[in-house]
Amino acid sequence: MIEHGFQSVVLWTDALFFLLIAASVVGLIHAWRSPPLRASWQRVTRRPTGMAAIVVLLAFLAIGVLDSLHIRAALAPVPGKVEVVYATEVNSVLDLLLARQRSDVERTYSAPLATHSFVKENVERADGGQGRDYARLKYGGAHLDDPAQQRGDDLRERILHGAWLGGAVALAMAAVLGVAVGGPVKLLLGRTRLAWRAAWITFSVLAVVGGIVFSLAQGYHVFGTDKVGQDVLYLTLKSVRTALMIGTLTTLVTLPLAIGLGILAGYFGGWVDDVIQYLYTVLNSIPGVLLIAAAVLMMQVFIELHPEWFSTAAERSDARLLALCVILGMTSWTGLCRLLRGETLKLRELEYVQAARAFGVPPLRILLRHVLPNLMHIVLIALVMDFSGLVLAEAVLSYVGIGVDSNMASFGTMINAARMELARDPMVWWSLAAAFVFMFVLVLAANLLADVVRDAFDPRAS
Amino acid sequence: MFAYLVRRLAYALPILIGVNLITFALFFVVNTPDDMARMQLGVKRVTPEAIERWKAERGYDKPLFVNSAAAGAQQLTDTIFFDKSIRMFAFDFGRADDGRDIAREIATRMGPSLAIALPTFILGLFVTVSFGLMLVFFRATAIDFWGVVLCVAMMSISSLFYIIGGQWLVSKVWHLVPISGYGGGLDAPRFLILPVLLGIIGGIGSSTRWYRTIFLEEISRDYVRTARAKGVSELVVLFRHVLKNAMIPILTGVVVVIPLLFMGSLIIESFFGIPGLGSYTIDAIQSQDFAVVRAMVFIGSVLYIVGLILTDLSYTLVDPRVRFE
Repeated sequence: MIEHGFQSVVLWTDALFFLLIAASVVGLIHAWRSPPLRASWQRVTRRPTGMAAIVVLLAFLAIGVLDSLHIRAALAPVPGKVEVVYATEVNSVLDLLLARQRSDVERTYSAPLATHSFVKENVERADGGQGRDYARLKYGGAHLDDPAQQRGDDLRERILHGAWLGGAVALAMAAVLGVAVGGPVKLLLGRTRLAWRAAWITFSVLAVVGGIVFSLAQGYHVFGTDKVGQDVLYLTLKSVRTALMIGTLTTLVTLPLAIGLGILAGYFGGWVDDVIQYLYTVLNSIPGVLLIAAAVLMMQVFIELHPEWFSTAAERSDARLLALCVILGMTSWTGLCRLLRGETLKLRELEYVQAARAFGVPPLRILLRHVLPNLMHIVLIALVMDFSGLVLAEAVLSYVGIGVDSNMASFGTMINAARMELARDPMVWWSLAAAFVFMFVLVLAANLLADVVRDAFDPRAS
Repeated sequence: MFAYLVRRLAYALPILIGVNLITFALFFVVNTPDDMARMQLGVKRVTPEAIERWKAERGYDKPLFVNSAAAGAQQLTDTIFFDKSIRMFAFDFGRADDGRDIAREIATRMGPSLAIALPTFILGLFVTVSFGLMLVFFRATAIDFWGVVLCVAMMSISSLFYIIGGQWLVSKVWHLVPISGYGGGLDAPRFLILPVLLGIIGGIGSSTRWYRTIFLEEISRDYVRTARAKGVSELVVLFRHVLKNAMIPILTGVVVVIPLLFMGSLIIESFFGIPGLGSYTIDAIQSQDFAVVRAMVFIGSVLYIVGLILTDLSYTLVDPRVRFE
């Protein structure tokens, strides 16, 4: 696909996503250097649930990162022309890795691991006549000569092969990790200071499951295909990026508003406090979904009437995703702002802040050096806790029709499309099941991590 | 008390004005009425006459703030701002795109919305508070641990899946109740039972855990230890002391929601085809009926403010120390 070279494309959400990752890395390095922060993070990583949740989230993050490196492939050079022409289609590295899943489009529904279509079609019989029957799929199980006889053995062989592959990766990881933490035996017995055994077990489960799916995906549609014949596994993996974007980019809007306004209101009081309180009470009093709906409707009109701003379809849906993140951020900063205001009110009266003020330290410096660092644990807890809520909100919003662009893969659009299929008999359950499993694992990991982080960072929690 | 109420209502007015200004800015300043007309009539083939007609039908053909063509007070009243924004304070919402009066539509749709939301709210509150108390009663045992695990797992499932799964299992596989629809009178329970049940189940995870946290905080207080030292049994401690003292945090979270019950549940109503305000809102969003969305935003914030006032009033009922003077 990229044999003629490629041009890298950086969409807005990609840039911001990588910026956020870079900021988190800087934050972690900072935390590593400061003893109290390091102690808090070690409380997180000492808990098996915390470590397992981190590993699962990192796996999702890896998918999201691969799907955020976008390129445009160069078209085959035309003889006599020097300049390279690039395809209008924007692909991600994940698309290239899943080239097979992306291009192997069947005619319509097919069940997971099926070799025949899910609905009867007009097919040519062996004797030359026409009739309605379950047709062989174009790609799913196409390597089999006699599916009825060979499919079971083939599947068994592939599952074993995949499990073996995943197991090998897990063992290699045990060796590497074992050396790093002081011996594989120590690792497997769980005698390490941090919960490395939980991390390794989670990694192994992911590796084995991933290996089996990978091995099956070479010959079948592991999660079946949807109405237009697209591979559901591919759609699900693409949805991960959308969910991550909604869950993380929203903070780029929430944090500056909540931190800035919350601290100002709490520290200065007086009319500043009144204005900021008024602002968030007004925003808070509008039911969230309605405010989001109103803003998204207006954003839709805006994007629709300015087609000249977006050169490709990918840019357009990207702009819509970014706008959705901004809107979600604008409507969800109020809770954190109120928390920070209350906490700043308390901090303002503490001796060390009073002392700094008595020494004539300018307010901005007091806020940055003395108040802000003591609020960061609240910010961190709120961030992790909001993530799962945002991922769930995306599904609901897309269902209502005010979520991401309808041709952008997301859990919400998958559920929305699958809802119509429930009425069919027999039921098409696989796209719902795939969306359910991925979303559940992602949100559960985020919720578990949020709990552990709160326990570790909240001074009130014992 | 009366003076307090008047003062609170006076505070509410600037907030409603703020809400009104935000919606006005969103709907008429970010995009001009011309933009909206072009969007609704199809971007490609649209004549200036069609746009004018669309705007005139909805009363969007007036100037935004000041009508210099009119005389006297009409300069200010014969404008979009007055027509669409100020009139909302009198609950005059104008007409929807299908020509129906929005205020009357809202009044007739409130019934079905409440028929779903009220039982869901009351039963849900009862169930989750009971579960919360139960987990606290069995605290630090396996029941508590696995209960919390179950809560976290249930929290991690999207509400859409509860509804889809419930409809599939109860209506399609077991054929117990109709899959969707709504009927009045004696027929109603048949249609209501599943949405109410699913609404309750969907909220169990997060609410139970929330109440458990509140009760646990309360149970480590000194008065609880005193009560136990006096030989009061654990059950009596829980119901007579802990539950009573936890009422303030519970009310803070709960009473605000009561007025908003009128708004209905967006998702449940739309899945079950219940002709309430939730499905009205979703339909309006999907057909881009801006007038209805604006009306619902306004009503929503009015109800929220009413909820805040009710919360404060409810404190006096459970805590004699709270007084309004």
